[in-house]
Amino acid sequence: MAWFEGKRAELIGDFAPRVLTAAFGPVPRRMGKADLSLEPADLAAAETARPGWRAGGLTVDQAARIVLLLDAANAAGSFTERLKSLAATADVGELIAIYKGLPLYPEPATLVPLATEGLRTAMRGVFEAVAHQNPFAAEHFPQSAWNHMVLKALFIDSVLYPIVGLDQRWNEELAKILVDYAHERWAAHRPVASELWRGVGRFADAAAVADLVRVLTDGDEREQKAAALALSESRRPEAAVALGRRRDLADAVAAGDMTWSDVRG
Amino acid sequence: MDEASGRDPSGFASRPAEVSSPGRDISCPCCGRALTVEQIASLKAQLAAEPALRNDLPVGMMFVDPHCHMIARTTDDYTAMAAAGVVAVVEPAFWLGQARTNIGSYVDYLSHIIGFERYRAGQFGIRHYCTVGLNSKEANNEALAEAVMDILPSFAGKEGVVAIGEIGYDDQTALEDKYLRAQIELAKDLDLPIMIHTPHRDKKRGTTRTMDVLIEHKFDPTRCVIDHNNEETVREVLDRGFWAAFSIYPGAKMGNVRMTEIARQYGPERIIVDSACDWGVSDSMALPKTARLMIERGIPLEVIRKVTYENALAVYGLNGEMKAADWLEPVAIDQRTLYSGNSVLRGGQTPRITEPGRASPSLEIA
Repeated sequence: MAWFEGKRAELIGDFAPRVLTAAFGPVPRRMGKADLSLEPADLAAAETARPGWRAGGLTVDQAARIVLLLDAANAAGSFTERLKSLAATADVGELIAIYKGLPLYPEPATLVPLATEGLRTAMRGVFEAVAHQNPFAAEHFPQSAWNHMVLKALFIDSVLYPIVGLDQRWNEELAKILVDYAHERWAAHRPVASELWRGVGRFADAAAVADLVRVLTDGDEREQKAAALALSESRRPEAAVALGRRRDLADAVAAGDMTWSDVRG
Repeated sequence: MDEASGRDPSGFASRPAEVSSPGRDISCPCCGRALTVEQIASLKAQLAAEPALRNDLPVGMMFVDPHCHMIARTTDDYTAMAAAGVVAVVEPAFWLGQARTNIGSYVDYLSHIIGFERYRAGQFGIRHYCTVGLNSKEANNEALAEAVMDILPSFAGKEGVVAIGEIGYDDQTALEDKYLRAQIELAKDLDLPIMIHTPHRDKKRGTTRTMDVLIEHKFDPTRCVIDHNNEETVREVLDRGFWAAFSIYPGAKMGNVRMTEIARQYGPERIIVDSACDWGVSDSMALPKTARLMIERGIPLEVIRKVTYENALAVYGLNGEMKAADWLEPVAIDQRTLYSGNSVLRGGQTPRITEPGRASPSLEIA
């Protein structure tokens, strides 16, 4: 901790880029990588300080690196440019920390290109640092970037439920993309994630409802639940008819006994 | 064969040809009648003519290959290496088979080996470390070399960086000498070990000269690996207190039959075996194959373990970045983001040597 406080004092006192670079790298070696242990009160304080921010998934080294970045945020010069130059030579752990800190940085609108660059990574942990437990995407991504983030999460066998703002940002375009992706998977005889249908129900056209009916009939238990939930969100009459044939699932949805959190992963 | 334990000194269970002992009744599997001495002798002769199992290694055997240019290798290499017991690799920064023309491509290369390659190795259950440095060939481009020297400090502190390297001489030019010296000083400043590339041409004198320079700069030889040794260089390297590494590289640096004799002659202290596998005709299975050959040729297992695992871990573990716990008990965050290996599972498996990409007999690709 003395090392950390010393580096913080240096950064706050007389900022120089090389001080940040030199301090940023060795953080895990100095402070370890344990999961940050936060009490419910800490999490509540985090939510108050920054609504939507999920501090629960951080490790000690990630939190410490974000603190160093914020200490450097008051120095003269563009924070965004500094962050971009740091990201250009970052190792995997550094990239994850940089992206997990996105909700806390100044000038968020100027950080969108850096954030979407994080979606293009081939490293899953880096992608999930942007996509999961992070309100930045829902708040700042244009629709195209948002849609491709959701699709890529499915594409790399990641999960959708930790995406912050998921239900607020479903859209018709994304529903079409997801249905196309399901068909592509079926054609290749590969499984389709149940969570995919979460974005389909409220925008389903007749063909998509037919897909959902097929899943309701032929899917495994989790897929049937997902299809029932999606059909319950559709206003099309044939959706109601199909759901009527599965009263058990329809009643569970209506009673609130079954939600999208039951079809995670 | 160790008579007392019934196992041969390699640690393998006895092979079928060695099970029967003369004078004990052995019944025929067909009719149950006792076999005659002649029949037993004939069976033993037939079994001995069978090719011996050469692909298995003792259960739990692990390797650290401390010189691999994995960015030039395929996923088949990673799969085969993991199956053969390779738990960790060190990727030294080097040239790419052709010269880089600008600092940008050098920055991207270093980012690649500290980033994506480390991640890629992790997907196959192999921990990946690297060294950073300006190689001797590209030291001859002075503009590039100056720019690389400027950026090296910012890479040297990254996670997984275990040394400055591979540095040294190629043609032994004045510029090569200048940047070798500058990087020795950098390693001292940053408290990092050094991996030395010894020249392929004029090797003996080039190796001696490299060590002279290291000593002149008061670099601690116990923190320095001299790589690509052969029979002509090893004695001096060991006598002067350095670690001596050998690259098992087909047709060039060192062969593994010769390596076996070097291990027999010099013993295991400060000797390290690596593959140096890269974009050339080289072998990512060099360590498991060499270990197997050494077992067959009677080198004790503890010697093999030192030269193919412990010694590399000792010297490249000096700055604290590489430790056995990384693969034996990886921390949770690494398991989630970086490292998909399950060493507990692997510990109970038999390491097996396969040729990369030739393991699957099926034509079907799903």
